[in-house]
Amino acid sequence: MIEIKNLYKSYKMGNSSLQVLKGINIEIEEGELVAIMGSSGSGKSTLLNILGMLDVADEGDYKLDNVLIEKLDETLAAKYRNKFLGFVFQSFNLINYKSALENVALPLYYQGLNRKSRQKTALEYLEKVGLANWSSHLPSELSGGQKQRVAIARALASQPKVLLADEPTGALDSVTSNEVMGLIQQINNEGKTILVVTHEIDIANMCKRIVTLRDGVILEDKKVKQVLVS
Amino acid sequence: MNSLKIIFDWDTWQEIFGSIAKNKTRTVITVIGVLWGIFIYISLSGSAKGLDNGFERQFENIAMNSMFIWAARTSIPYSGFKVGRSPQLKIQNTTTLKQQIPEIQFIAPRNAKGVFGSIPAQVVRKNKSKSYNIYGDFPVYTKIATKKIYDNGRFINDEDIKYERKVCVIGERTQLELFEPDEDPVGQYVRIDDVYFKVIGVHKFIQGGGFETDGDIFIPFETYRKLYNTGDNVDWFTIAAYDYADAVAVEKKIKQTLKRIHRVSPDDERAFGAFNIGEVFAKVMGFAKGMTFLSLVVGLATIFAGVIGIGNILMISVKERTKELGVRRALGATPGEVRIQIVLESVFLTTIAGIFGIILGSFLLAVINLLTIDKTDFPYTNPTVPIPLVLGALLIMVTLGTLIGLIPAQRAVSIKPIDALREE
Repeated sequence: MIEIKNLYKSYKMGNSSLQVLKGINIEIEEGELVAIMGSSGSGKSTLLNILGMLDVADEGDYKLDNVLIEKLDETLAAKYRNKFLGFVFQSFNLINYKSALENVALPLYYQGLNRKSRQKTALEYLEKVGLANWSSHLPSELSGGQKQRVAIARALASQPKVLLADEPTGALDSVTSNEVMGLIQQINNEGKTILVVTHEIDIANMCKRIVTLRDGVILEDKKVKQVLVS
Repeated sequence: MNSLKIIFDWDTWQEIFGSIAKNKTRTVITVIGVLWGIFIYISLSGSAKGLDNGFERQFENIAMNSMFIWAARTSIPYSGFKVGRSPQLKIQNTTTLKQQIPEIQFIAPRNAKGVFGSIPAQVVRKNKSKSYNIYGDFPVYTKIATKKIYDNGRFINDEDIKYERKVCVIGERTQLELFEPDEDPVGQYVRIDDVYFKVIGVHKFIQGGGFETDGDIFIPFETYRKLYNTGDNVDWFTIAAYDYADAVAVEKKIKQTLKRIHRVSPDDERAFGAFNIGEVFAKVMGFAKGMTFLSLVVGLATIFAGVIGIGNILMISVKERTKELGVRRALGATPGEVRIQIVLESVFLTTIAGIFGIILGSFLLAVINLLTIDKTDFPYTNPTVPIPLVLGALLIMVTLGTLIGLIPAQRAVSIKPIDALREE
C-alpha cells in the first residue's frame, strides 16, 4: 500500500540546515496497523507529514497504492489527501463551530457529494464510532474521547486508503486512550491500513508492527504480538 | 471545480453562511463598517440633491436667465453732460432693446410705487384702509416671473392695457386686510389713491428672490401711467434672456445699448444698475454642484474606509481561523476552494452591509424630507439619490470587497497546511 525508498528531508534553520530524515526505506502492506515510534526529534512527525502529503521530501520515492506521489502542487496534494488519506490529530482539530455531524461531513463536501448523501454517510460513520446520538452537538459539548472518535469518524468518512494518526491518544487519559485504540483496532480489523505515530510503548504495543526511528533513520522494524484492548 | 460552479453551488453558500453566522461578533463589526460608509454616502448625496432641488425651487417662480435693469447716476462726464445725471428709462427703449439684442426673449417695463424709497399708495375699501405697493405691469411680465393667481381670478391681459382698464390684481395679505374672510374679492372694487379699481384676481405669494411682497397690487401699465402721470418713464426693466444665452453677456449688451440711447459714456459702469438672477443662480447652482461632488467624494472615501475595515477584520479572522483552514486543507480543500470561500465571505458581508446601509440611508432621507416638507424658506426639497449612483456604489463595494478579500484569501492559502495545523 505504501512504498518509500531513500527518503531524505532537511529543514533550513537560518544558515545551517537540519537533516531530519536520512534515507528512510519502508514498505507497508494493505491492512497493516503500524506504530511509528521515536522520541521527539527522531523525525516521526516529519515522516507522517510527508506520508500525509502535508510536506514534501527533498529526495526519494513515495508510492501510495501504486501511484507515484510526485510534483505535488497544493491543489493536487489536496485532491490526493481527500481521496487517499484520513487524518487523526493529537488535538482533534475539529471545527469548533460545526456540529459533530457537520465535521464528519466536511471531507465529503470537498469530494463534491451533495448534502443529503453527505449527511447520510456522516451519520453512518458517527454510528460506527458510537456517537450517533451526539450528531448535533458542538465539539465543545463533547469529552476528549468523544472528540477523538468524531475525528476518527471524519477521517474514515471519505473512505481513504490509509488512516494517519498523529499521537491520537496524546491528549487523552488512559481509559479513553484505550477506548480510542480499541476503535482503531476494530477499524484495522475491518481491513483499513493505519499508521499511528506515538511515543508511548503501551500504545505501540496495541499495533501489529512497530517501526522505531532515531535521528532520522529506522532503528528497528519488527512485527509484534498485538495487545488487544479488552 | 471551476469557480462559477462554486459561486452558484448552494453548498458553498451554506459553508459561508455557517462561517458567518458562527462568528457573530466579527460579522457584526465588519458589517457596521461598510454599513456606515454607504449610509454616509447615501444620506450625504441625498442631502446634496435635496439642497440642489431646494435652491432650484427658490428660483422656480422667476426665469433662471433673467435680470432687472434700472437707471442710476452717471459717473463720467460725456457728450456735454456733467457727472451725476440720472438717465431716465423710457417705454420706447423696450422695442429698441428687443430689436437690437436678439438674445432677449421677454422684456417687461415696470413702474412701481412704494419701492425704492417712493411713497406707497393708500388703498381703501369700505371702512378699511392701508398702504400698499402698486406696480404698473404688462402681461408679458408673467412670462418672466410666474404669478400664481387663485381660482376664478386672472392676471392683467392685453385688453386691460389696450383700454387702460381700471383693474387690479391684489395680494393675499391685501385680501386678508381689506376683505371679510368669507368674501370673494374678485369683482369687488377698491380705491387706490382716489380712483376705483375692480379686483380681477388674487395672486399667491411665493417666497424667493426680489423685493415683492404678499401685499403687492398689480395694475395695467397704461392705467398706472395715467394714474400717476408718469408719461413714457419706466422705473426698470425685467428681462429674460433665452436659455442658450449667457446672462452676464446679455446684461453687458443691454447696458451698452442703454448707454448709447441715453448718451452715457460707454465706459460708465455706474450709470445703469442691474441685478442678474442668471448670474446668482449660476453661482448658487455651482455651490450645490460643489456640495454634490463633495458628498460623492466623502461618501466614496467612507465606503472605501469601510471596505478596508472588512479586509482588516477578515485578515484577523483568517489568522484566527488558520487552524480551521489548515484542517479544511488536510481534509481535501484545494487552495482555490479556500480562497474563493474567503473572497465570497468578504463579498457577501460587503453586499449585505451595503444593502442595509442603503435602506437606512434612504430611511434617514425620508425622515428629513418629512421634517422639511412644509418649510418653504429652507432650501431643501425631495432629497433623492439617483438609482445609477446607488447601483454604482454597490458595484464599487462588491469590487472592493472582492479585491480586499483577495488579500486575506491569499494569506490563508500561503500558509502551508502543516504550519496551519501546528498553530495553537
